[in-house]
Amino acid sequence: MSEIKTAPKNAIEVRDLNFFYGKFQGLRNVTMDIAERKVTAFIGPSGCGKSTLLRTLNRMYSLYPGQRAEGEINFYGQNILDAKQDLNLLRARIGMVFQKPTPFPMTIYDNIAFGVRLYENLSKTEMDERVEWALTKAALWTEVKDKLGQNGLSLSGGQQQRLCIARSVAVKPSVLLLDEPTSALDPISTGKVEELVHELKADYTIAIVTHNMQQAARCSDYTAYMYLGELVEFGETEQIFFKPNKTATEDYITGRFG
Amino acid sequence: MPEKHLSSQFDSDLNNISSHVMELGGLVESQIRQAILALSQFSPEAADDVLVTENKVNHLEVEIDREIASVIGRRQPTARDLRLLMAMSKTTANLERVGDEAAKIARMVKSIIEGSAPRSLPSTDLRVSANLASGLLRKALDAFARLDVPMAVSILREDNEIDKEFDGFVRKLITYMMEDPRTISASLDLLFIAKAIERIGDHSKNIAEFIIYIVKGEDVRHTPLADVESSMS
Repeated sequence: MSEIKTAPKNAIEVRDLNFFYGKFQGLRNVTMDIAERKVTAFIGPSGCGKSTLLRTLNRMYSLYPGQRAEGEINFYGQNILDAKQDLNLLRARIGMVFQKPTPFPMTIYDNIAFGVRLYENLSKTEMDERVEWALTKAALWTEVKDKLGQNGLSLSGGQQQRLCIARSVAVKPSVLLLDEPTSALDPISTGKVEELVHELKADYTIAIVTHNMQQAARCSDYTAYMYLGELVEFGETEQIFFKPNKTATEDYITGRFG
Repeated sequence: MPEKHLSSQFDSDLNNISSHVMELGGLVESQIRQAILALSQFSPEAADDVLVTENKVNHLEVEIDREIASVIGRRQPTARDLRLLMAMSKTTANLERVGDEAAKIARMVKSIIEGSAPRSLPSTDLRVSANLASGLLRKALDAFARLDVPMAVSILREDNEIDKEFDGFVRKLITYMMEDPRTISASLDLLFIAKAIERIGDHSKNIAEFIIYIVKGEDVRHTPLADVESSMS
């Protein structure tokens, strides 16, 4: 287990986290910090627990019976694993974007407004502003501003994914969890989403799970390498990709893993 | 590299570049041998051989850099693969410059032969230090092939010896020149040769530093020898 050397303030502090899918243990004693307004990437082979870890951060797993987490996840000092945690509020503050774009089958405008209406009571003008703001943040505004009434599903894959990011951003969360956000996208859309990640980190804390190691190298400040449910190494991305401390990490990132 | 990549093509690309670097090292070593022969026997033929080999060296240098750029472009290497490729590129540049130094020695020898200068100058000393420098380069190439850090550290130490030899030789030449000003012109030729030999030692030292960089990930180019020795032991 690597100890963490994040100078900036932490948005999330994970302590001795263990996670179980029924009897199967998906995470083992994970302890790490997720720094505020930085991008933290999770890499590792399939089944290493990186998506599981991401899904604990906003308790997405609570939707499924039989899945449970032990330990602590402190989100600005508050343990979100606490049974009293309000999950809707939590997910408004810690938004998530999935591997496949999941626009709602409604207009582009409503895709954004839908989530906002759950938490806030905005006037028509305020809502219009919020939709424009979110779409601008997600670098989609200029492409869709003339067709806000069209169905979200009519957009291209890359646009749909940015629409989902806009939808997450619209409720003004403080953390964005991205679970392989570009694995279904072409290189240009991928480039746009990565550029977006870079811009969003000025205002948001971002945690991204990716199978694409170069993507982690390109867009993250910190990288965590996981294997078999354990955090093998965690450090600054530059150090991980140039001179990792552990042979296991080096074997994985240099493609010697087999 | 001991363990294999998932992609055997990646392994074979790296091995291929590595063997080209060794081949370049072999060519440059032969240039030094030819230069030493030219120097010790005042042989214009041996001097010409050095210059002929130089073309091959230049050609191989360009080829190796092209191969390295291709692997970087295709594979986006990381960690020690990245360090290995960067070090191979720099080693190639250093080897090519060793070749340039050998060519300089060859040209100087030709100029001494053509100038029919007095041969009583201390050229034996030069042969000794040329052999030292050539041995150091061979050692650097051996250490590179085996990624041998202790050997690399000992090369750093030995280069200091060559530097001291050079200083001693310069003092000796000065006494010759003061005693007999007619030797000044030939002495200067010998001085340039001595400087070229000293540079060969420096390039071997650079290669040794790249070995440490590959294996340890530490850049020791501007670290005092004592600190390198203590951190690598």
